[in-house]
Amino acid sequence: MTKLKLPVNADDHVAGPADAEVTLVEYGDYECPHCGRAHGVVKRIRKHFGERLRFVFRNFPLIEAHANAEGAAETAEFAGAHGKFWEMHDLLFANQQRLGGALFMELAWKLGLSAPALSQALEDRAFETHVRADFSGGVRSGVNGTPTFFINGTRHDGAFDYPDLLHAINEAIGMTSGMER
Amino acid sequence: MAPSNPKDATESSSLIAPGTKAPEFTLPFAPNQALSLNELRGKPVILAFYPADWSPTCGDQIGLYNEVLPEFQKFGAELLGISVDGPWSHKAFVEDRKLRFRLLSDFEPKGAVARKYGVYRAADGITERALFVIDKDGVVAWSYLSPIRVNPGAEGILDALEKLAQQEGYDQTKIAS
Repeated sequence: MTKLKLPVNADDHVAGPADAEVTLVEYGDYECPHCGRAHGVVKRIRKHFGERLRFVFRNFPLIEAHANAEGAAETAEFAGAHGKFWEMHDLLFANQQRLGGALFMELAWKLGLSAPALSQALEDRAFETHVRADFSGGVRSGVNGTPTFFINGTRHDGAFDYPDLLHAINEAIGMTSGMER
Repeated sequence: MAPSNPKDATESSSLIAPGTKAPEFTLPFAPNQALSLNELRGKPVILAFYPADWSPTCGDQIGLYNEVLPEFQKFGAELLGISVDGPWSHKAFVEDRKLRFRLLSDFEPKGAVARKYGVYRAADGITERALFVIDKDGVVAWSYLSPIRVNPGAEGILDALEKLAQQEGYDQTKIAS
């Protein structure tokens, strides 16, 4: 079983309580069509489990294959620096067909962020280090493509349709509840 | 780490093990251009045997290695892909996927190098999905046979390169510059 080497930490984007029963970590790429599909699945999963689940998204942009993946990841990080990570995350996936500089600016306006500041941040590659750190950590944890999920620190190697992910998470919960302190 | 699946190991002749001198070869990587393993002495070499060009998935093994290449290069390592596809197929594949490393053609006689490394699937006429990290002196430092449908990823390679770097006391900053 492949394990997540980099534990959830202060640099992560986390949705859900720290003491949730389950932690679901996704390594994803905003331009990857499979990740676009997975985004809808994760939304349903989060709704189903509510406060019992903590979701973490880490960047794994395949920049050689996807021209706008890095820009999208850095745009999400920019929004995150202004407290709007998840809003931007959702908008990027919702507009996956239109990724590019013009969309990034439009989404910044939409969220009440400064488009010129985003433009400058992209120009300066201000968030590149964070994105690269996510990518490197992913490679060392056995992320071989996108999306890759880890459930309570163990890589989920099965399919990621809603029933598959639901089942895998329920199994993980079953395992931990048997080992309660 | 990552021991080979014993079931898969029995399906081909045996994978050459760490400590073995890596068999020499000269193979084309493009029409009329060839590379010999011994040209790369002095730096670690990653040999990635894979079944075929043109796998349909995004984020497949070769695509992943193209993304991870800078991490390999931090160790001064040279990555080479090997399959039984011909040089013209490799050329088109490299151009289409914008690959930044060379793909070698184990094409004629077919699979001869894969056989030397113990990773030829004679029944299918393709190579196994197998990885070798060869040290700067041409000795196999790490090898791994992956189930053929499973992308083995890059972490095993990086672990092996890291170990080599520690053993050999590589000055990584020197290599990077």
